Amino acid sequence: MKYELICGLETHVELSTKTKVFCSCTTEFGGEPNTHCCPICIGLPGTLPILNRRAVEYTVMAGIATNCEISTISRMDRKNYVYPDLPKAYQISQYDMPLCRNGWVGLSDGRRIRLTRIHLEEDAGKLIHGRAGTFVDYNRSGVPLIEIVSEPDIRSVEEAVEYVEKLQMIMRYLGISDCRMEEGSLRCDVNVSVRPEGSDGLGTRTEIKNMNSFSHMTKALNYERDRQIDLLESGESVVQETRRYDEKTGCTEGMRDKEDANDYRYFRDPDLIAIRITEETARKIRAEMPEDPQKRLSRFQSEYALPEKEALLLIEHRKIADYFERAAEGLKNPRSAANCITGPIFARLPDENAKEKFQIAVSAEDLNALLRMAEKAGIRENLVRSTLEKMLDTGKPVSDFLSKEDLEGVSGEELKKFCRQAVRQNPAAVKDYLGGKQKAIKALVGAVMKATRGRADPQKAQLVLKDLLDRG
Amino acid sequence: MLESRELSCTELTEKYLNAIGKENAALNAYIRLTPETALETARRVDEDIASGRSLSPLEGIPMTLKDNISTKGIETTCCSKMLQGYVPIYDATVWKILKDQNAVLLGKTNMDEFAMGSTCENSCYGGAGNPHDPVRVAGGSSGGAAAAVASDLAVYGLGSDTGGSIREPASFCGAVGFKPTYGTVSRYGLVAFASSFDQIGPITQSVEDAALIYDVISRQDPMDSTCTGRKTAVVPDLGKGIRGLKIGIPREYFDNVPEDVRKALRNTLKIWKSMGAELSEFGMPSVKLGLPIYYILACAEASSNLGRYDGIRYGYCTPHYQNREEMVCKTRSEGFGREVKRRILLGTYVLSAGYYDAYYKKAQDLRGAVIRAFDDVFQKCDLILTPTVPTTAFPKGRTGGDPVENYQTDICTVPVNIAGLPAVSIPCGSGRDGMPVGMQLIGPRFSESVLLNAAYRYEQETGGEPYRVKGMGVDL
Repeated sequence: MKYELICGLETHVELSTKTKVFCSCTTEFGGEPNTHCCPICIGLPGTLPILNRRAVEYTVMAGIATNCEISTISRMDRKNYVYPDLPKAYQISQYDMPLCRNGWVGLSDGRRIRLTRIHLEEDAGKLIHGRAGTFVDYNRSGVPLIEIVSEPDIRSVEEAVEYVEKLQMIMRYLGISDCRMEEGSLRCDVNVSVRPEGSDGLGTRTEIKNMNSFSHMTKALNYERDRQIDLLESGESVVQETRRYDEKTGCTEGMRDKEDANDYRYFRDPDLIAIRITEETARKIRAEMPEDPQKRLSRFQSEYALPEKEALLLIEHRKIADYFERAAEGLKNPRSAANCITGPIFARLPDENAKEKFQIAVSAEDLNALLRMAEKAGIRENLVRSTLEKMLDTGKPVSDFLSKEDLEGVSGEELKKFCRQAVRQNPAAVKDYLGGKQKAIKALVGAVMKATRGRADPQKAQLVLKDLLDRG
Repeated sequence: MLESRELSCTELTEKYLNAIGKENAALNAYIRLTPETALETARRVDEDIASGRSLSPLEGIPMTLKDNISTKGIETTCCSKMLQGYVPIYDATVWKILKDQNAVLLGKTNMDEFAMGSTCENSCYGGAGNPHDPVRVAGGSSGGAAAAVASDLAVYGLGSDTGGSIREPASFCGAVGFKPTYGTVSRYGLVAFASSFDQIGPITQSVEDAALIYDVISRQDPMDSTCTGRKTAVVPDLGKGIRGLKIGIPREYFDNVPEDVRKALRNTLKIWKSMGAELSEFGMPSVKLGLPIYYILACAEASSNLGRYDGIRYGYCTPHYQNREEMVCKTRSEGFGREVKRRILLGTYVLSAGYYDAYYKKAQDLRGAVIRAFDDVFQKCDLILTPTVPTTAFPKGRTGGDPVENYQTDICTVPVNIAGLPAVSIPCGSGRDGMPVGMQLIGPRFSESVLLNAAYRYEQETGGEPYRVKGMGVDL
């Protein structure tokens, strides 16, 4: 029998607000344990939470960007459970009145993954297991998190990965999270079930946790799908449970945690008042949001005449897309800016994180200056590239590398002089050419280019060379 | 008296400290004294007086804080074994305000553990005695504050009132106890019992003092989202006429009230009439729902608020354990007293899946009904008058057994907290046993001016002497 995979995801995204969600401690990642803390985020008796307005705005942005309805009134609730990393023994979250509902995220094949809700909550601290015992670090306690809950609309491992990549791109675009899976600023719990292809009902699901990269996610979901299919094929049934992915073995294993049996005893947090988002507030938040990456993709194709593939490479990270637009400003051929980015610049950014950070030595304005000069003076692409490489190496502006004569190029008598020199110095190529090998002319052009350090226009050089040789 | 230099602030503070030294042992009103802080503040005030600076109204006045109000550098235990050794690293907003005004903190006062109780007997330090008769209870939970003020071992004390914890001990000890409108005084730094009910307020020897203190502490606080502060100051309104003031008397509040207390209240009503108030009696059946609503919702909130005491970060931790679960379990079993455990269990139960709708949700709905009932009543009258407690202070140890019987003590006070209203208890005679009887005046939200002015006029009408036990304390 063929089986179909069904997944729904709960994605936690840490918001990159400057301060925590209920106090004014920094949200910075890392730091000496328990140095980013105050009486509020370690839950000392008598302290009260003060909701960070920015965290609410970021959540609303996430909701708007994923086509959600924004609640005009929402509430904060307490989710009660006991664990040492949770200093108040309850997490402030949203239960039945989340900030955002009923959204969707579009996949590349046009399918929409429906979102049930997005709500705002606080992160917990971290346990550190050492030789001398277990310690708690509350630096992360109170960092704002949003939980994005999808419907069980995902039908393959690839779709699950694409869905998370899309979310990652959207959140990074909005500038509301850095979404780093390895640092835990984007975490996914995936509900997985399988069913015979063509059937309507949903099978028993398991919840998979602890996947901190896309490759782990792929492996974990493949493993879990196959495990469930094997169970069903052998007449057994799937047990509803929470399973943890073990990156060493590549398997998922049941957690003995009694998490499933937890009764969180949700109730309204009496310390916080209702959150009201008026039309006016929503409008202001919307105005503050950057262009949607999907719209930007089509605009890049029409406005800059970029092929889709190239445009996609550029828009994936907002900093890069912004950089491109500044570098391409006023150019006759904006694609040259795109080529510089996807070529020499990308070569220096080894992975997605480096691209997201996008720290390079050449400012968009410097690249723009280089390309403008190149267009004006008709400099060849490989000289542009080699100059850009030097700029990237040193961080110095274009004027340090291209001289006046470089910009003026080589033409007229000067070009003829270089051509005559090439003919003299390459008798073999001349012989070949005169013997009928048209292609031999290329070697001569190459020699001219070399002698002029790329300043000459190869087409013009070829004409001059042909003229010299054909006339004998 | 301080500004006219009849007495230096240091002398005044020393008088109080000496009196406490002599009389506190019998009352157990204070469970922690802070003489160094007190004398240091007093010295500073004396310097200011010497330099000719004029004083603000509460400056240099010896006072106390209930032991659930956080004081930086001073142990704050809620009279629970669970918080032994816990020294806050921050000040509660109310204490910050008063500290800035050079209030002289004499010490922290006794209370029922985590403010759960009506006798002050649920204290890990033992109960507080009633200054009128130390074998009787001081009331609770702010029993220590009421006993200290009524015996003049402090000029005033701040308490907290979740279901009557300011008014009930004030009534038992014959002092003024004022519970302000929910959200007018910051709760930041008040160790939470039931967050949607808790409110800090003063226990004083006069209504004027209560008004003065309220005006100072009722500020909006950016650290407490539920605190909007007061709308208007009360003190400028004190002394206004009350002719034509409509006072409603809801019958239900007088059910099961013994004859001697009833008699004291009847006399009181005559005085109100003679002052020109218009009295009207009516029924208010929803009041009867007060106790169940209160105990369900307050315990639910408490079960969540008290979850943090696990022995990991501060306070008591069990000495012997094998693993984390056992550590938390034993710490909580050993650290909390019986009544606190009872309320945590009750609160956990009413929030549990399968019981939530029948208890918590229903109580929440009925809370709305009580609020609406008060709204309706306040369409017809300006204030409501009731007994504060159906009885006078009873002997210690009486209510060891039946918790439900104990809860009855709160029957007149809890509806006020359910609706977030302001209410004041002022002495109005005594019972057959010679113990003070208190009347409770309740007003609509933010009606502090009308409410306290009425109480003030009554106080003036009946002599205007400070409410305290003669011959005790400093008695200047």
